[in-house]
Parts: sequence; C-alpha cells; structure tokens
Amino acid sequence: MNESIAQQPGIFSGLWATARRDLLLAWKRPGDVLNPLFFFAMVCTLFPLAVGPSAAQLEFSGPGVLWVAALLATLLSLNSLFLGDFEDGSLDQLLVSPQPLPVLALGKTLAHWLTSGLPLVLVSPILAMTYRMPWSVVPVMMLTLVLGTISLSLLGSIGAALTVGLHRGTALLSLLILPLAMPVLLLGANTVSLAAGNDIYSTGIWALGAYAIASLSLAPYATAAALRISNE
Amino acid sequence: MWKFFHQLASPPHFYRLAAVFSPWFALPGIALIAYGVYAGLFLAPMDYQQGDAFRIIYVHVPSAYLSLMAYMIMAISGGIGLIWRIKLSHAVAAAAAPLGAAFTFVALVTGSIWGRPMWGTWWEWGDPRLTSELILLFLYFGYMALRSAIDDTAKADKASAVLALVGVVNVVIVHFSVEWWSSLHQGQTLLKKGGPAMDPGMLYPLLAMILGFTFLFGSLLLRRVRTEVLFRERRTRWVREMVLSPEGS
Amino acid sequence: MENLAMGNYGVYVWSCFGLTLAVVIFSDWRARLRHKRVYRDIEVRIKALEERQ
Repeated sequence: MNESIAQQPGIFSGLWATARRDLLLAWKRPGDVLNPLFFFAMVCTLFPLAVGPSAAQLEFSGPGVLWVAALLATLLSLNSLFLGDFEDGSLDQLLVSPQPLPVLALGKTLAHWLTSGLPLVLVSPILAMTYRMPWSVVPVMMLTLVLGTISLSLLGSIGAALTVGLHRGTALLSLLILPLAMPVLLLGANTVSLAAGNDIYSTGIWALGAYAIASLSLAPYATAAALRISNE
Repeated sequence: MWKFFHQLASPPHFYRLAAVFSPWFALPGIALIAYGVYAGLFLAPMDYQQGDAFRIIYVHVPSAYLSLMAYMIMAISGGIGLIWRIKLSHAVAAAAAPLGAAFTFVALVTGSIWGRPMWGTWWEWGDPRLTSELILLFLYFGYMALRSAIDDTAKADKASAVLALVGVVNVVIVHFSVEWWSSLHQGQTLLKKGGPAMDPGMLYPLLAMILGFTFLFGSLLLRRVRTEVLFRERRTRWVREMVLSPEGS
Repeated sequence: MENLAMGNYGVYVWSCFGLTLAVVIFSDWRARLRHKRVYRDIEVRIKALEERQ
C-alpha cells in the first residue's frame, strides 16, 4: 500500500522530466543557446555605432539599450520553444501525457529560461561595463533582468504555443509578444535608470516581482490551452 | 425572455433579427452625434486654457472609449465562445476587431493632432494615454494577424480568444505601467481633458457623443456580425433556402 | 454665428472631426460592401449547384 503510493509520480515529476530533456537537448546543441547571446551582444554594439560613442549618452541610454537587447534576444530564442517538438512529434506525446499539460509547459519554460534568460543575466555585466554603468547599479540591473526574463519566458511561451507550426510564425510571434512585453520592458529599464540616478527604485523591483509571480501562476494554463488549440 | 436569447444564438434567427435591430441602433446614434457635434462645436463655451482646440475632445474621447469597449467585447465574447462554445460569440469577436482597430486609429490620430497645438509636437511619448493606446493598436493587429494566419475557422476562433483574454489583463497593466513611466519622466505635459471641472455646457455634448458613438458602434457591429454569420454558415441549409427564395440579402 | 476658424485652431479641430466622420463612413461602406460580396459569392455558388441538378 505504502509502496504503491510512493511509486506514483508526483505532480511535478513531469516538470523536471521535460525540463531535463530540454536542457539535455540544449547541451547537445550549444548553438541554440549561444546564438541569442551573440544577438544580445550585437544589438548592444549597434547603438553606439548608430548614435555615437559619447560617454554621457552611453551611460544615459545604457539601461534602456540593454533591456531592449535582452527583450529582442529572448524573442529570438522563443521561436524554437515548441518548434522542435512539433516537428518530430514529441509535442503530440506531451499532449496525450497523463501529466497535467500546464506542468509540462512550465517545465519547458523553465528549461527555456535556464538556457536563454539566465545566460543573458550572466553576460549582462560585461555589456553594462561597456555602457559605463556604475558597479553599484549592475546588481540592480541583473535583478531586473532575472525577474523580467522570467516573465518574458512565461509570456513568450503563450505566444509560442499559439503560433507553433504556423506559416511565418516567427514574425507573428514577435507581433503577439511585444505588446505583452512592453510593461516588463518599461519597468525593467526604468528601475535601472532610477537606480543609476540614485533614486528610490524599489517600486520597480516589487512590480517586476509581482509580474513574474503573476505570470508564473497564470501563463502555464494559457500556454497549455494554446497548445491544445494549435494541435487539435 | 430566455427563449429570446436562446433564439438569438441561433444563426438564422440572429441573421434576421440583426437586420431588424440595426436601425434602432443607427438612428439614435446618428441623432445623438448630430446634437453632440453641433453643441460641442458651437454651443459649448471655450476652454480658458486651450481655447477652441479642446473641442477635439468631442471626437477623441468617444473614439478612445470605443477602442477599449471594442476590445472588451472582443475578449469577452471570445471567452464566452471558448467556454460555452457558442459559435455566434466567436463571430462577434471576429467582427469587433477591425472596428476596434479603426477607432483606436482615430483616437491616436485625433490625440496626436490635439497634441500639436497643446504640446507643440505631433507625438508625445510622455503621455500615458497615447502610449497605451498605441500598444492597444498593436494588440488589435496581433489579434487580426493571428486570425488570418490560421486557416481553420474554429481553430482561429479559439486561438484568438486565448490571445484576446491574455491581452485584456495586459491592457490594464499597460495603462498603469505607462502612467508610472510618464510620471517618472514628464509630469507636466499630461493632457488635462478639458480642465479641472467640466462646465455642464461642455459635458452634455460629450456625454451625447459617447452615447451616440456607442449606438453607432452597435449598429456597425451588428452589420459586420451578420455578414460574418452569413459567411460562416454559407454551406448550411438555411442559407441555401434563404438565397434561393425570392427575397434579398 | 460662431467663428468657423475656431480661434486659429480651426485646422486641427476640423481635421479631427473630418477624420472621424471619414472613418465612420468608410467602416459602414466597407461593411456593406463585404456583405454584398459574401452574399453574391454564396448566391452564385448555390445557383450553380442548383443548375447541375
């Protein structure tokens, strides 16, 4: 009796299983992780090239540019969230799995964040340095990026689920996600700017945290619904 | 009473009833708008701060109001269609989208034109309402793009319903976050709609315009839903019989 | 009679009202056009099917 209960898969075992699978796949294809990172770095390079390298301007625009670049890089990486599974039939397996679909979707999103959001956060101090961001501000920036990329991965998974397998799905995905991502961008970039100006920035952090928690509780359900709809 | 609503959800009944009801929306709408335009342009007193330019409010506010109302209609009827699987509901959502986008466009352009004499610039990123309205336009475009990208009508209905529902939450959040953002950066240049308290002479035409536009929107929406229903039901027997019988559209 | 120039703001006010009117009329026209087109397409197809029987 006790044995059989102990052998039942827990509700989150599907989460770890899907996350582990995606992480393994990403490990074997490091390009999937590195490409968005290079994109992030390149976008950060584009701005000084376009508007000139004046130090004051760089410092002023740093938070905004870094945030926009992070957003765009995340968008880029979201494309392939469900695409591989769609193409090789694994998505159908996920859909008929006895595990609750929102949990599985969350697992995939977790793996996505670990392979796109987290690397972005880790690389950001280097780029922040090129924008002459004061070292005291860098931890704030990293915190906003952590919270923000979590929200972006979650919201993005909804869009990816809605557009999986569609013709020209890439452009459509961006069009769908960007309006949803704008509040995150606003909050993130402006919180960092406030910190850089020695203003009180805690409101922004709380707001970003709230957004991340809200996304975490709601997005998996929307993603699951969207997956079922796109694949029926 | 419930029988009426039940019948309403049935496509052939709706098709017939919508044609009957449409003038009941259009005519009061036009009458209210006519009064509103006349009173707003010629009877309402001039604003002490903005002069006659404030009269743009009589088209800007109703358009902005409609742009939000249309989105709510789109999201709610999409949700009803998703949960209770009422086909007509999805048709309403599909029909509301282009109308909502059109009024969002009007709100943006009239807002921009209003801004020119007020702020000296055609666009002001610091105004929270303009920026939120722009994002709303992007939401509409995303919705319409998703619908047209999916070939199967039922699938398109459901997918876009999910999108619209996710977007509703976003509309609220965008508005608050943009307000916070603009308060960080600007403060002064927020457009004050008509000044601190509205003189009744200014207010009544505005209320008339808002109400009139709502009626007008209702009649436009009814017409579009009617067409949408006709298109979706084009292969059914009732459509076939209706087309073959000697009566019109 | 009110001064139609609206105290130098005439261009702005009238263009706004004009745009709104234009969009409303355009929406109505497009809706009617679409309805006619859809109806006609259905009619043609159904009548063609009738002919064959």
